[in-house]
Amino acid sequence: MDVEVLAVSVDSQFVHKVWQEEELSRMVDGGVPFPMVSDGAGKIGSVYGVYDEAGGVDVRGRFIIDPDGVIQAIEVLIPPVGRNVSELLRQIQAFQLVRKTKGAEATPSGWQPGRPTLKPGPDLVGKVWEVWKTDLAF
Amino acid sequence: MEEMEIGCGKPTGAVVGDPAKDEVIEQEEEKAKEVVMAVAKIGKKAPDFQAPAFHKGEFRQVKLSDYLGKWVVLCFYPGDFTFV
Repeated sequence: MDVEVLAVSVDSQFVHKVWQEEELSRMVDGGVPFPMVSDGAGKIGSVYGVYDEAGGVDVRGRFIIDPDGVIQAIEVLIPPVGRNVSELLRQIQAFQLVRKTKGAEATPSGWQPGRPTLKPGPDLVGKVWEVWKTDLAF
Repeated sequence: MEEMEIGCGKPTGAVVGDPAKDEVIEQEEEKAKEVVMAVAKIGKKAPDFQAPAFHKGEFRQVKLSDYLGKWVVLCFYPGDFTFV
C-alpha cells in the first residue's frame, strides 16, 4: 500500500520509548514500526484542530495526506471511541485509485476494492441508479 | 533526510514544501507582525511541523515535509498507556 504512518501524542519521546518497550511490543511483535512523535505542548495538534486545551491532549485525529502534501481525509473522534483500521485502509485504497485515474474514476458509497467505480461525465448524469444500487452502500 | 537537532515539537507555520514561517520572518526582520500559522484544511496542503520522535529504538527529529512524495497517515491519539 506504500503508506507512511506517523503517530502523535503529547507524551515525550522518552515516554514513547517506555510504552513501546513495556506494552506495545507485547501486542505487536517487535513493537510498532512507525515513528512515535512527541507534541509536548500541543502546538502541532493545535494547527491540526485536534488539541483539547482543557484536557491537555491531542484527541483522536486522523489525516490522510497524499504525495503532494494535500490533506485528502480527516476523521476526528473523542478519546473513548477507537478507530476502525479496515475503514482507514479502504479509504486509502479509494484515494489512491482516484489519484491513479486522475479523477476519471470515483468510488461510490460503500466502495470496496474490486467493486465497480463510477466514471463521472455527461453520460452518467441521471443514470447512477442504473450502475449503482443502494445495497452496494453496505 | 538531513540530520536535525532534536528539539521540541512545533509547527513551522507553513504548509509542507514551503519555507518555514520563522525562516521567512528572519529574512524580513524589520516586519514585526504576527505570524499567521497555516492550519489543517481538507483539500489543502498539510501544515508542516518538526518534532522529536521515538522510532526503531532511536530518538530522532521528524519533519512532515520530508515525507513529500509518499502517502502519509498522520494519527493523533490522547496518550501513551491509555486504554483505547
